Amino acid sequence: MRRNGLRVWALHLALLAVLASAQFWLSPYLATNLARIMVLAVFAMGYNLAFGYTGLLSLGHALLLAAGMYAAGLPALLWGWSAGPAFIAGLAGGGLVAAVLGLLALRTAGVSFMIVTLMFAQAGFLTLLYFAPVTRGNDGFAVAAASRSFLGFDLSTDTPRFLAAFAIFATGLLVSLALMRSPFGRTMIAMRENEERSRMLGYNPFTVKLAALTLSGLYAGAAGAAYALLFGYVGASFATIQYSILPMLYVLMGGAGTTLGPFLGALLMFALVEAATGLTTAHQFIIGAALVALVLFAPKGILGTVRERWAKWLP
Amino acid sequence: MAAVMAPLIETRGLTLHYGGLKAVDGVDFTLEAGEIHALIGPNGAGKTSFVSLLSGRRLPQSGRILLAGEDITRLPAQLRVRKGIAYTFQITSIFPRLSVFDNVALAVQAQGTRDLENRTRAALARVGLDGLEEQEAGTLSYGHQRLLELAMGLALKPRLLILDEPTQGLAASEIEGFKALVRSLVPETTVLLIEHNMEVVMDLASRITVLTFGRVLASGTPAAIRANPAVQEAYLGA
Repeated sequence: MRRNGLRVWALHLALLAVLASAQFWLSPYLATNLARIMVLAVFAMGYNLAFGYTGLLSLGHALLLAAGMYAAGLPALLWGWSAGPAFIAGLAGGGLVAAVLGLLALRTAGVSFMIVTLMFAQAGFLTLLYFAPVTRGNDGFAVAAASRSFLGFDLSTDTPRFLAAFAIFATGLLVSLALMRSPFGRTMIAMRENEERSRMLGYNPFTVKLAALTLSGLYAGAAGAAYALLFGYVGASFATIQYSILPMLYVLMGGAGTTLGPFLGALLMFALVEAATGLTTAHQFIIGAALVALVLFAPKGILGTVRERWAKWLP
Repeated sequence: MAAVMAPLIETRGLTLHYGGLKAVDGVDFTLEAGEIHALIGPNGAGKTSFVSLLSGRRLPQSGRILLAGEDITRLPAQLRVRKGIAYTFQITSIFPRLSVFDNVALAVQAQGTRDLENRTRAALARVGLDGLEEQEAGTLSYGHQRLLELAMGLALKPRLLILDEPTQGLAASEIEGFKALVRSLVPETTVLLIEHNMEVVMDLASRITVLTFGRVLASGTPAAIRANPAVQEAYLGA
């Protein structure tokens, strides 16, 4: 896991270099889409830490995305916070809600964990609707232009928005790579592979999984906050089950337990939806068919298959 | 040094029931530091259940377990590992999809992350698995997987190493190497060995405890156990 350091870092930095330059050679429309994909990929990277590496199959990550989105969006709406503090609040909101969710839900495992996280996420969604006078419920609210400025840059304009999305994505990617090359990353994987053996090596599975879920929540919170501040909209639709399933699909497509899989999955799913929408109104069908094909022919996802067959060194 | 040292492990009236079945039934047992102690008995005698209680994988209904005088009866398994009780599984329990290196590194880093790479390589070299670091653990031969299991146990630097049928499925040549390895561990590490191969038991153990139906039938030196009529009748089939 620790070896091949040069090759691994070079690959990740090369991807980041290509992405950073993309704003110069992509049309503004595509560059904005790429910014959106990078934010969604941060969400998926967080999901990957819990599901792909630690083996925590959550169906409740929409709760964590929404926690970040509202923790950033509501102070902006109510008290006019600017983007910097609002983003930090979103990050903390995601981490905090994940920690509380973990304290309760990690008493269960496997299918029960999936159901319990799903229930908490639904409860979160209904809470947003219940407090509609504050949260604006299903209609949501736009984040005011004044709150979408960071160090004097207007995050609602193309270049600052792209750069902010890129900076958050790059940080998330490099942190998750460093984590996976650290002893703690190895411990996370040990939970996925053989929890009982890990316990008999002296690890407390509960605390390891709680830490992994909290990290995952920080990513989801960052993504939710970034979405609110960069694209200017906060709404309860982001707390629906659809947003719990999306990161799972991204991760499964790109390759669960690979550092680059979440981005690749988010990119391809986004492109697939775009292409399918142009062809038919039944674009959900095309996505479904793609996923069935994936599960049948490449259950480890794209990079999972690549790693297995050709590049064992991929982290 | 204190004039009287508490035994490394002492159990008093240790009892574990599965429903109506008394797997461990009031066992009093003493393990002195530095010995190789074998636990023998027919299948279903409660050997694995008994060491599960020592390692904390199961909690007893009644009785007490003392580690060097300290009551650890209710301590969670992972904390007992940190106090120096290591358990190697009867049915090999490794991380099959991780590399050999990562398997042992997980045990090593539980003791602290300083100098992780060298300590991991040293633990692998000790059992003779050096050179196989990059191999996926699940693809090792069965004998090598047993050695990996042992390396993980040793890497924990335990005071007590519990080996649950370690020679099961090993070739005769591998058993010789295994015996030499276990001998090299004492007296720094105390070894509690569950073993069916009587040759290995008689060769290695300084003391033997015989369990039947969850109770201690006899305990003593190999010679005394061999001469014990009750043991011969119940187990050795002489």
